[in-house]
Amino acid sequence: MAAPQRRTDIGPPHYKEFLPPVIQKNYGDWKHHEVLSGGVMVHTANSGDKIWSVRVASPRLLSTDTIRDYAAMAEKYCGGYIRFTTRNNVEFLVSDEKNLEPLQKELNSKKYMIGGIGPRISNIVHTQGWIHCHSAATDASGLVKALMDEFADYFTTKETPNKVRLAVACCVNMCGAVHCSDIAVVAIHRKVPTIDHDKVKNMCEVPSTIGSCPTGAISPEPSKKSVKINADKCMYCGNCFTVCPPIEIHDPEYDGVAIVVGGKVGNLRSNPKFSKLAVPFIKNNPPRWPEVTAAVKKILDAYIAGAEKHERVGEWIERISWEKFFKVTGLPFTFQHIDDFVIARETFRTAATFKW
Amino acid sequence: MPKKYETPLLDELEKGPFPSFVTEIKKAAAKSDMAADELGQLEKSYRDKRGYWKHGGIVGVRGYGSGVIGRYSSLADQFPDVANFHTVRINCTSGFFYTSEFLKEMCDIWDKYGSGLTNLHGSTGDLVLLGTNTENLEPIFAEFSSRGWDLGGSGSALRTPSCCVGPARCEWSNINTLDITYNVTQEFQDEMHRPAFPYKFKIKTAGCAVDCIASIARADLSIIGTWKGKIAVDQGEAANYAKKGMKIQEEIVNKCPSKCMSYDGKELKINDDDCVRCMHCIAKMTKALKPTGEKGATILMGSKAPFVIGATLSWVIVPFMKLEEPYDELKDLIRKMWEFWDEYGKNRERIGELVIRKGMREFLEFIGIDPVPQQVKEPRRDPFFFWTEADLQK
Repeated sequence: MAAPQRRTDIGPPHYKEFLPPVIQKNYGDWKHHEVLSGGVMVHTANSGDKIWSVRVASPRLLSTDTIRDYAAMAEKYCGGYIRFTTRNNVEFLVSDEKNLEPLQKELNSKKYMIGGIGPRISNIVHTQGWIHCHSAATDASGLVKALMDEFADYFTTKETPNKVRLAVACCVNMCGAVHCSDIAVVAIHRKVPTIDHDKVKNMCEVPSTIGSCPTGAISPEPSKKSVKINADKCMYCGNCFTVCPPIEIHDPEYDGVAIVVGGKVGNLRSNPKFSKLAVPFIKNNPPRWPEVTAAVKKILDAYIAGAEKHERVGEWIERISWEKFFKVTGLPFTFQHIDDFVIARETFRTAATFKW
Repeated sequence: MPKKYETPLLDELEKGPFPSFVTEIKKAAAKSDMAADELGQLEKSYRDKRGYWKHGGIVGVRGYGSGVIGRYSSLADQFPDVANFHTVRINCTSGFFYTSEFLKEMCDIWDKYGSGLTNLHGSTGDLVLLGTNTENLEPIFAEFSSRGWDLGGSGSALRTPSCCVGPARCEWSNINTLDITYNVTQEFQDEMHRPAFPYKFKIKTAGCAVDCIASIARADLSIIGTWKGKIAVDQGEAANYAKKGMKIQEEIVNKCPSKCMSYDGKELKINDDDCVRCMHCIAKMTKALKPTGEKGATILMGSKAPFVIGATLSWVIVPFMKLEEPYDELKDLIRKMWEFWDEYGKNRERIGELVIRKGMREFLEFIGIDPVPQQVKEPRRDPFFFWTEADLQK
């Protein structure tokens, strides 16, 4: 059978076609909401109408079988309406309260994890990793699975002082929100890349390869019609590899992950913040990266023990101070923690006030 | 019978309570040799602690320069069914709402032409179809576009705009995030599908400063809903929160960043003039507190991940803009920003990096926006400022 007639530049369909009738009726007219449990909330409109949302964890990487199962449950309990959150959770949109219990029962019987709403750990925003990315220095999905297995109770029932947003990025490109997350794992390289000069000659554009380097470590090597790297300036980011694949950065022995903490994107209470370095390096140890989950657990436990209600990880650290953070977590402070990139001097302490 | 691989390392990741991506790949692999080879190659990555994908090459659908990302296995002899294994980005709906009917159709098409593996959703917000070969791209595009769906952005183009759930199901949204996203996406189809920019450009729209779409961290243009007016207090509902155990002084008043609230055990007072609209009190006492007055958005620009000059958060360019259909003021602003970028941007330079390189003055003058204190945290500390001829004549 011939393929149907293609159309171009039509854009996505209008969003209204996908909104449940109760949302269409009360669009922009919601009054308030209440969190009923770790994974269920109800929104009430000024008209008195209600909609219940049941949130379920997802690995983001989904087979068509699983999506069909979501669709079947949405048809059974939600008039066919379903949405996904910005953290890749699934939300079943229930308009009829009597469907709420049976839906949860079916989800539980099929071992879907209901949760992620309110002051707890929600789904981990993450990247492709070894599943599909050319520049991955670790596998994102495996790390996410190991971490979320460890913290499953904090997704479903247990509470934290405020929400804890975790992220995993499989290289410093950071296609996830690693640079602004409460606790995040980012994969790094630690050795200067090697150059296959014959291939550079044929495959790469020299000016854009030079321009890709954040520290200006790359310069022309005219005799080889290639480039050379100043090893003293290279900080192993791998951006040159992305524009010029014959510059090989992968190194299974020395690649691994760093852990950064204290970032947030919301403006509540304190301004959005970047995540900062807590652990400079942990070796890749697939399939379950136990050293990474242990380090994240150490940070999470210290936060839960020390934070005031509503404080995010970064707010807690800023209140107690970074020197105290390293003390209470027992994480070692190293040369890698002191910034030497472009904004370094902004991070040096220019006061005589600090804690012991 | 599809191929089968022994996967002792990945099998470990089928254990435990969180849903397993390995189980998902195995489900797809039961029906697709592509998914089976993906699984086999991934097991090898787990064994060798490295990835085996290559990128690059021009691949796509006729007339478009984006929407498809070329991906190739570097172990094509061992895993021939993923020798080319491209990503197709389908432009998501505003707010990520779907019907079961669409999802089932999508699955049928994808089982027929691809690996059966998806990402719901990719980091930018696209509905990602993960892995198919080059000859399937045109049929996939025809199947989707004939049903009213289009490809998203990739490469040096406008990327698929995305937004929070907004007024569809949130009482805090100050703007129609879904409609803004839909309108902007429709307006700039050419900029999305035919890459002509120095680099990528992302637009994210959040209904309030809670910023559930992370616009301030992840968008070249961040649109964040806000208001000009008082926060209306329902004292009865505030009392109910106290009755249910909320320590209003400790949890709300003391956490207010601009110290504009007070509570005497009976009445919650807000000095609206000092409020910075951070959303903490409203988010914690949603039944008691409501913004009133004029609604609109703060427009910020420039956030991105670390490459090349270090990660940036978006900064304010327009403190307040009314956003009502057809959103001409916003669209004009976007066009002017692109004009500046087109004029001065270097290859692979994000617009935020360009503005940092050229200076905010040059940018603001180009797009016709006056300097206001809301654009900065503090005035400059150094004495090294420029004067134009026109400044000298003032």
